[in-house]
Amino acid sequence: MTDHFTPANLDLAHEIIGRYPVKRSAMIPLLHLAQEQDGWVTEDAMRQIAELVEVTPAEVLGTCSFYEMFKRQPVGRFLINICGTLSCQLMGAEDLIHHAEQTLGITSGDTTPDGLFTLAVAECQAACTEAPCLQVNYRHRYKVTPADFDDLVEELRRQAGEGEGPDPQSPETAGVPRHGVLSVARQHIPAERAAGPSSPTTNQGPPVWMPPPDAEEPK
Amino acid sequence: MSDATRVYRSPPREGSPVSDPTEAPPDDGVKITIDGREFTAHKGELLIAAAERAGTYIPHFCYHSRMSPVGMCRMCLVEVDSGRGPGLQPSCMVPVSDGMVVDTESETTKRAQEGILELLLINHPLDCPVCDKGGECPLQDQAVAFGPGESRFVEEKRHYEKPIPISDLVNLDRERCILCDRCTRFAREVAGDPLISFTERGNRTQVLTFPDDPFSSYFSGNTVQICPVGALTAAPYRFRARPWDLDQVESTCTTCSVGCRIAVQSSGDQIVRRLGVDIDPVNHGWLCDRGRFDYESAYSPERITDPLMRGRAGDSELIEATWPAAMAATAETLREAIDAHGASSVAVLGGARLTNEDAYTWSKLARTVIGTDNIDSQLADGLAAEMVLTLPRATIDEACSADTVIMFGVDPKEELPVLHLRLRHAVVEDKVPMIEFSPVETSLSRHCRSVRHLPGALTESVSELLASEGERIGSGSVVVVVGRGSLAGSGEDIEAAVAAIRQAIPHATFLPALRRGNVMGALQMGLSPGILPGGLAFSEADRLGEDWAGSQPVVSDEPGLDAAGILAAAAAGRVAVLILLGADPLADVPDRDLAERALAGAGTVVAVDTHLTVSARRAHVVLPASGPGEKAGTTTNLEGRISRLGPKVTPPGTARPDWMIAVELADRLGVDMGFADSRRIWDEISTVVPMFSDCPVERIESPEAQDGILCRPAGDGDLRWDPPAAVAAPPVDAYALRLVSSRKLYDQATMTANSPSLAGLAEESRVRLNPRELDRLGVTDGGRLAFVSPRTRIIATVSGDEKVPRGVMAMTFNAAGPAASELIELGTVVTEVRVETL
Ligand code: SF4
Ligand code: SF4
Ligand code: FES
Repeated sequence: MTDHFTPANLDLAHEIIGRYPVKRSAMIPLLHLAQEQDGWVTEDAMRQIAELVEVTPAEVLGTCSFYEMFKRQPVGRFLINICGTLSCQLMGAEDLIHHAEQTLGITSGDTTPDGLFTLAVAECQAACTEAPCLQVNYRHRYKVTPADFDDLVEELRRQAGEGEGPDPQSPETAGVPRHGVLSVARQHIPAERAAGPSSPTTNQGPPVWMPPPDAEEPK
Repeated sequence: MSDATRVYRSPPREGSPVSDPTEAPPDDGVKITIDGREFTAHKGELLIAAAERAGTYIPHFCYHSRMSPVGMCRMCLVEVDSGRGPGLQPSCMVPVSDGMVVDTESETTKRAQEGILELLLINHPLDCPVCDKGGECPLQDQAVAFGPGESRFVEEKRHYEKPIPISDLVNLDRERCILCDRCTRFAREVAGDPLISFTERGNRTQVLTFPDDPFSSYFSGNTVQICPVGALTAAPYRFRARPWDLDQVESTCTTCSVGCRIAVQSSGDQIVRRLGVDIDPVNHGWLCDRGRFDYESAYSPERITDPLMRGRAGDSELIEATWPAAMAATAETLREAIDAHGASSVAVLGGARLTNEDAYTWSKLARTVIGTDNIDSQLADGLAAEMVLTLPRATIDEACSADTVIMFGVDPKEELPVLHLRLRHAVVEDKVPMIEFSPVETSLSRHCRSVRHLPGALTESVSELLASEGERIGSGSVVVVVGRGSLAGSGEDIEAAVAAIRQAIPHATFLPALRRGNVMGALQMGLSPGILPGGLAFSEADRLGEDWAGSQPVVSDEPGLDAAGILAAAAAGRVAVLILLGADPLADVPDRDLAERALAGAGTVVAVDTHLTVSARRAHVVLPASGPGEKAGTTTNLEGRISRLGPKVTPPGTARPDWMIAVELADRLGVDMGFADSRRIWDEISTVVPMFSDCPVERIESPEAQDGILCRPAGDGDLRWDPPAAVAAPPVDAYALRLVSSRKLYDQATMTANSPSLAGLAEESRVRLNPRELDRLGVTDGGRLAFVSPRTRIIATVSGDEKVPRGVMAMTFNAAGPAASELIELGTVVTEVRVETL
């Protein structure tokens, strides 16, 4: 048995698995959980996920490696993706990328020696009207000028200086959570309100959440 | 067009049968037109398969008739008109429909084929001159037949490190891979070992294992055979030969009793490769890696090439001798023994390595020339011959389509690997209900209803099921797959369970899952005491003609000793000559101590074998026998299917077939058996043995025999099986563990241990215990404990294993290191073992 998830995350993993009628369906949510725990997806994490959802590690790798956003190498605490696609290009992305490389002292794809920043050139981020744009840990920043970039980096350094910063799971947090943290709110369905998984192979009826045909219309 | 990923025999081609013109069109037939010719296809049939049956080859890479279609490669695009005008469709994904018009040679089809090939070749390294597949490569062949002839691609190709080992047996060259999903599909769908997967999907999609988690499937070699390019190559065959140098015959694998059909290929009179041949009733083209690669053992330094003899002093070394000297000495010893102590002082152990013809000849030599009935082809590690020969028998196909399959006493993945593939497919894909009884978790447990029972309590467990559900189960067809399983207890528990099922469900049929290559043939040729060829009892000997009817055992009507009896008699000094026919009692008898004493106590030990086994080293005379691929004849699989073996190479040195050794011994004892070749022997078998009367030489040599000919005992003879009364296992001793000792695919078996590519795959001996048991004993994985049985005390390494329930200890039989057989005493119902911490 691989022992990679923290006890709290292991509990969470079991809760997540419990949501699905077929265990392997939990593979991607568990990969997210692993990335949240470590900032990237380690081999040990993939091994343990395989054990948890009863597939082989090769199958987890096959799925994990399909998704560019699952990082299988360590990345910085802040992953900065600068859009390099057409609209942003036209609006100065190239200069922005050049500036970012100069400022951080790394070329795109690399991580700063202090482990704070990973810089990457990304494809379209669906914000062409706000070009040039970038994402920090997948949070958008619009119409970014080189000066904006410097401010951003300074702000992130300051945040990092405060240690782990505010609890990333707290909705009050205004800053940018560590790379790997997907959202500040975690889904949690209390047992009494959960419909529970229903097996697609045995359940031939309507979905469990659908009211029976003779049920009263909710007022 | 040849598809070298499969071996074709001609005619008929295997795998996708060419339609038989005499076959009436199916009732539910679907009429289609292929290239202007009408053809009636089966409803739901894939277009590519229908076309192949109609005699039209559609080029393809990813489609494989034994796996689900995926439409990955697009090579099979053809123009299809289903009523809405012609359009290109992948014929491997399209089922036939009424009135479908197909053009496989239109301009559009050709352009599509050229386009696909050009795309496939963009990143292909074209290193054909150094590629094992070159010369039998579907990509090469199809590029020539259907490709554009030249490439417009001048850019740099994709590069990967080449090749990388993905297991001890298989290398992967990712540059050559065309991403057809055959290997990964095979691993997932057929083998159930998805240890390889497409990774980095996108521009750099590649097949890979997880780091440090090799593709260690028992079936990995099949991926090499079905890979349509040279991306996957077999380490044992790498750079060994070129296809055009190879010479091949079709044969049957005799490594286990599944009897997979194979092509044996040689170069320069050496076997260099075995490939699976697709026959419908048995292996569907698949082989296990053991059967695929253990030909290597023929060239091991332990292979015996010339007779060996020891001086009469007994303690002198085995030294090379000539055949005349060795045979004269053997015959002389036999004559002396018979004169001094009677024929019953001679005993013969083994015979499951032999061909049917060998087995018949030895059976006849023992009974009619020597005059002894102390003869057993099983080494107290099988099932009662009377039971095996009288049970109504099922085929593999019948097992795979039964309403209920009941299985016990075998983990087919470890003992009969391709049977496992067939059963796994039935259970997982076809949802055939299976109920398995086993003391530990097996490879199929998680796919079926698996009942755990304490060692020794099988009958109890089976009876419970029959009491509660026997009626429901008995309302449909039932096939029982029954093997010997754990060697730590007598087979009686299994036999009693069989009897219980026979009683509750009289129409149940049985597939005996005995393991050794031709054990069924050996039993059917009379290599067990009290049973004559064809499963006849002594009382029916006259049906076999005067040779047999007049033989000493029959006349005196005294059945001889079985293996256990022979070993006990030898240990007591009552066996003057012990002949080991490919038997290695020290390794295989589940009672090491008894085997030791038997070999020490026997007067003269004569070993007829291919290799110098541990037991053969103790022999006084060693006679070299020819091995698989080196001899003609027939073999019988566990269903009773008789198929022809193809001799391909000459045996090394002066080794010769076992029948020939028997004939010469008979000759020296003054009897001319009249056999000059194995064909002549089968002729006699089919003439005198009623069971084989409709199976004359001509039929054995006809194409029909390539699928094997089913010959089963009629079941109307005098042979009786008296099932043991339900055995009562002793009450559970809370301070002891019950031993379960069954075999694994890779162990110290002669051929495996002598095949360099396989030997390293065998695990060292260790004891597997439930992890909580380890905690209780205060040891961790890899720790050592002492195990004490009434026989002896051994010290072994332990490891935790959830598959083993508490109260049970599992130990692989015949693994290197402390042997489970040291703990076992033959004949006890269960082996109770006490544990001591060190
Ligand atoms: S390695 Fe061979 S079988 Fe596997 S996907 Fe590549 S080409 Fe197909
Ligand atoms: S399953 Fe048995 S017969 Fe088939 S290849 Fe393996 S060893 Fe040979
Ligand atoms: S054979 Fe049809 S797509 Fe590959």
